Amino acid sequence: MLAKRIIPCLDVKHGRVVKGTNFSSLKDVSDPVELAAFYSDSGADELVFYDIVASAENRSLFCDVLREVARNVFIPLTVGGGINTLDDFDTVLKCGADKVSVNSGAIKNPDLIGNAAKRYGNQCVVLSMDVKLCDEGYRVYSLGGRVKTDIDAIEWAKFGEESGAGELVINSIDTDGVKNGFDLPLLEKIVNAVNIPVIASGGAGSVEHFKELFKRVNVDAGLGASVFHYKDFTIGQLKRELKSSGVEVRI
Amino acid sequence: MIAIVDYGVGNLFSLESSFAKIGEKSIVSGDPKVISEADRIILPGVGAFGDAAKKLREKGLDETIVKLAAQGKPLLGICLGMQLLFDKSYEYGEHGGLGLIAGQVRPLAERIDGLKIPHIGWNTLKFTQKSALFEGLKDGDYVYFVHSYYAECGGENLVATTDYGFDVTAAVQNKNVCGVQFHPEKSGDTGLKILKNFASMRV
Repeated sequence: MLAKRIIPCLDVKHGRVVKGTNFSSLKDVSDPVELAAFYSDSGADELVFYDIVASAENRSLFCDVLREVARNVFIPLTVGGGINTLDDFDTVLKCGADKVSVNSGAIKNPDLIGNAAKRYGNQCVVLSMDVKLCDEGYRVYSLGGRVKTDIDAIEWAKFGEESGAGELVINSIDTDGVKNGFDLPLLEKIVNAVNIPVIASGGAGSVEHFKELFKRVNVDAGLGASVFHYKDFTIGQLKRELKSSGVEVRI
Repeated sequence: MIAIVDYGVGNLFSLESSFAKIGEKSIVSGDPKVISEADRIILPGVGAFGDAAKKLREKGLDETIVKLAAQGKPLLGICLGMQLLFDKSYEYGEHGGLGLIAGQVRPLAERIDGLKIPHIGWNTLKFTQKSALFEGLKDGDYVYFVHSYYAECGGENLVATTDYGFDVTAAVQNKNVCGVQFHPEKSGDTGLKILKNFASMRV
């Protein structure tokens, strides 16, 4: 049976992993290569690397880090951050990424999703969305959650699926970094709207939050950052507890 | 020496790194001559069947692979590389494959209802017959899948299945020609064990 995935996310800046609360006040956490190997050994099912600077000069440093991770860690690697063109796809794929996640780049140029899916296959294209509940409903934010758009999140998820994205990452701005649990109402709406795998992101603070997530919403994976970096609990612990509560996980 | 066939599709860096990790020499090449000199061949692949089959033909690699398979060299197709071993595929039209294993490739959507497509993630293996490729593995071991099409194949070539709404073909073998639907190079220690077995298997 297909296992629910636990995915640590590593935000990378100048070759180091950082993670903020509500997208600000970054703290240096650890060395990406070391952290990736540690996560893989402790049972991570995949790793996500976000290049949070994504400037030209930083990109080459980021690719060096990625290459070094890919040389040592043999689980799927997803890369995101500053992916705006097919050339950006090409660059990170050549450094060992298996999947590429697009966010603001797809908002600016929606054809990017379809063009990338045609060239690299649907399995390669992950549509990542930063979503916030506004008066008019769930809206997509761009540029790392800083700029509000008038795009409806549910419609955007459906568009992503139709255009050829193989997976969705749904990051709730409302719950991100707060460690009060995943945004279940939002995730429920998205999961009901599409038939591709959905990865929940934003709000993981405890083992209970992951249990609640997998028991209540048909998502495929839970993503966490600070909760794993600061060793609130290990992925091994989390998976054992999930398994004993009846959630199918790979141990 | 293991040749990883490069015809412009897929993440070959991970495969190369996997072999380096387990201490096996490998070379990434799209040159029929270089590939012919190798002892073992890996046929990788992601993306669409039609495009991949066309690229193989354009580079004359289809003939090379069929010839080397006939010579008895161990060949391992991975993901789309496994699907290419079959007679034909119905992915966006009808496309001919290498015909090294009898059967055809069809959309998962025809067989499953209520499950998400692509089939992405870690799923368990169930073995239907013994193979040196899976020495040391057991039923229930997890490997990483990502695909929207599946191979329909006869029981004599079927080695392992995985449960995704039905028994989906996970591994096939016809003498020296092997194929896995999942990605051993992305399946952690279990995957590395399979690649290690491939590097030493006698057929």
